[in-house]
Amino acid sequence: MQHVSGIEDKAKAAHGKKAAFGTDVDLESFESEIREHEAVKSAEDLPSEVKKAALDVGVKLDDESAGAYVQMDQTPVVASSMFEGVEIMDIASALKKYDFLKDYYWKLVAPDADKYTADVAEAAPSGYFVRARKGTKTVFPIKSCLYLGSTNFNQRVHNIVIAEEGSELHMITGCTTPSHVQRGLHLGISEFFIQKNAKVSFTMIHSWGKEVEVRPRTGIVMEEGSSLSNNYILLKPVKTLQTFPTARLVGRGAVASFNSVIYSSMGNIDIGSNVFLDAPETSAESISRVVSVGGEVIARGRMTGRVPGARAHLECVGLLLSDKGRIYSIPELDGQSRDLDMSHEAAVGRISEEELEYLMSRGLTSEQATSVIVRGFLDVEIKGLPEDLKQEIKNITQREDLKGAS
Amino acid sequence: MRLLEIEDLSVSIGSKQVLKNFNLRINKGETHALFGPNGTGKTTLLNVIAGIPRYTVDGGRIIFKGQDVTHMSMDERARLGIGMAFQRPPAIRGLRLKDLIKIINPGADASSILKKMDFEAFAERDVNRGFSGGEVKRSEMVQLLAQQPDFVMLDEPDSGVDLENIKLIGEAINTLTQKDQRPSYRTKSGVIITHFGHILEYMKADRAHVMLGGSIVCSGNPGEILAQIKRSGYEGCAGCSTCPV
Repeated sequence: MQHVSGIEDKAKAAHGKKAAFGTDVDLESFESEIREHEAVKSAEDLPSEVKKAALDVGVKLDDESAGAYVQMDQTPVVASSMFEGVEIMDIASALKKYDFLKDYYWKLVAPDADKYTADVAEAAPSGYFVRARKGTKTVFPIKSCLYLGSTNFNQRVHNIVIAEEGSELHMITGCTTPSHVQRGLHLGISEFFIQKNAKVSFTMIHSWGKEVEVRPRTGIVMEEGSSLSNNYILLKPVKTLQTFPTARLVGRGAVASFNSVIYSSMGNIDIGSNVFLDAPETSAESISRVVSVGGEVIARGRMTGRVPGARAHLECVGLLLSDKGRIYSIPELDGQSRDLDMSHEAAVGRISEEELEYLMSRGLTSEQATSVIVRGFLDVEIKGLPEDLKQEIKNITQREDLKGAS
Repeated sequence: MRLLEIEDLSVSIGSKQVLKNFNLRINKGETHALFGPNGTGKTTLLNVIAGIPRYTVDGGRIIFKGQDVTHMSMDERARLGIGMAFQRPPAIRGLRLKDLIKIINPGADASSILKKMDFEAFAERDVNRGFSGGEVKRSEMVQLLAQQPDFVMLDEPDSGVDLENIKLIGEAINTLTQKDQRPSYRTKSGVIITHFGHILEYMKADRAHVMLGGSIVCSGNPGEILAQIKRSGYEGCAGCSTCPV
């Protein structure tokens, strides 16, 4: 297969190529040797430890799903669809089955983008392939869990999602480690093809160990009339995490919305979104909320408007609750055409005394008032999600024991 | 019978003295009105009673329910029974009004409170976020009706409120201060700051005071004092002897 060798050549050339953002990770210090896990018939048969970890990241593997995918380390253990018109397979099987996939595989993320993409490109493919057939509309979300269960393991994942014309697809993906795994590496490539008039919501919840390093690489292409709501939630400690998903809105009227909610207590988190508005009447919004009690968070947002009439809005708001933390907000607007409407709002600060006093005047203690304000701050109103999923996200952002100023 | 007693209270903000040897006594069941020009210390007085920390108490004390609360924290005072409707309260992002009601008082009947203030449509909205001036005032009353303080302080609850809603707010104040009960049964008290006195047509105040330069210069019947202010302005109150202090 010519395309595969092309990918390998590119990957080879990108060995050691540092990423543009984020701290550099020593790939050699992680183990890539694959330990096989046994596949199970359905999510119910998974080890209880995996089910519990999935639940902690909002992935309730039950009947109220359009399908499920679970990967333990490098092994896909569950891949099943429960909804007609939705296909869920592990990517290796999908690549074997569908020749057309070569036109999608590594098309939105370059294998030689950096050493992490190169490392994934050189591994045997593992990850999910999800396709919503033309006109299929899922009610419940597809639930997936990428489980890093072995200490020091380098988990390499490659996902492809295709929402065909007029389809509606909701996905929730939880990426997590069990509590006994402190150190590990997660490299995840995701390529999203959102075709004409398709509607996609993709919610990712991360929960890692204190010595885990994470480098997701995401490419998205959106055709005419399509919409995407991309939501990212990180509330647990992580050593380093860097991601900068890139979306290209190439069809008239495509609408993208990125929301991220970060609670940082340590480590180095470098996160943002990069959107190109390349067609008339496209619009994009990126909203990030960061609460820090420690560690460094770099909140990026870049919007590039290249056609008249494109609209973009960036909002990076940070709440710094401790001297031990840093929030570095970098909103970027790049206008390259006339009649653009692009704006940003960035603010980093502490909790307003006035708000604290107001709640204390109603009888809340300082700690209660702080917690209420922080929860409210993290409660981003995400449009376009099914009610169940909204509630799921709310439960996660609200249940955390978010401590106040220290 | 005494609920609140302020003795020789002197308060400053930074280097500026705002209250000078201020004295006030409010009995159980009484509602007092405070008049006075802008900048005379009325809001400061309420804020200091509430315990907002950016003021310095240079002397004197605040006794509430027989306890010296002068240096007590805001939340302790609130739990002791002091409540406040702010003049310009902040908005709180992500905190829905109905959730705040439950936090303030888990036993509160949120739906009937919201209905009483014709505020059901705001239950799911973030507290005070994007509210108009009048809506903010109703939001304050909703919260106080949930809190049920023994002593309620109202800082211009009528400013920016249309005529229809002034009546609603007046009724809420009457509920909070138990004016719907016989005088001898009333245990709750209040103090209200108002500039125009419209609200007094819809609520009952037992006594009024005029503040000038950080002290009370005149006290008496609210109707008489308001008429006197309308006749000769606040300054007229300073030298007036018809309303004995």
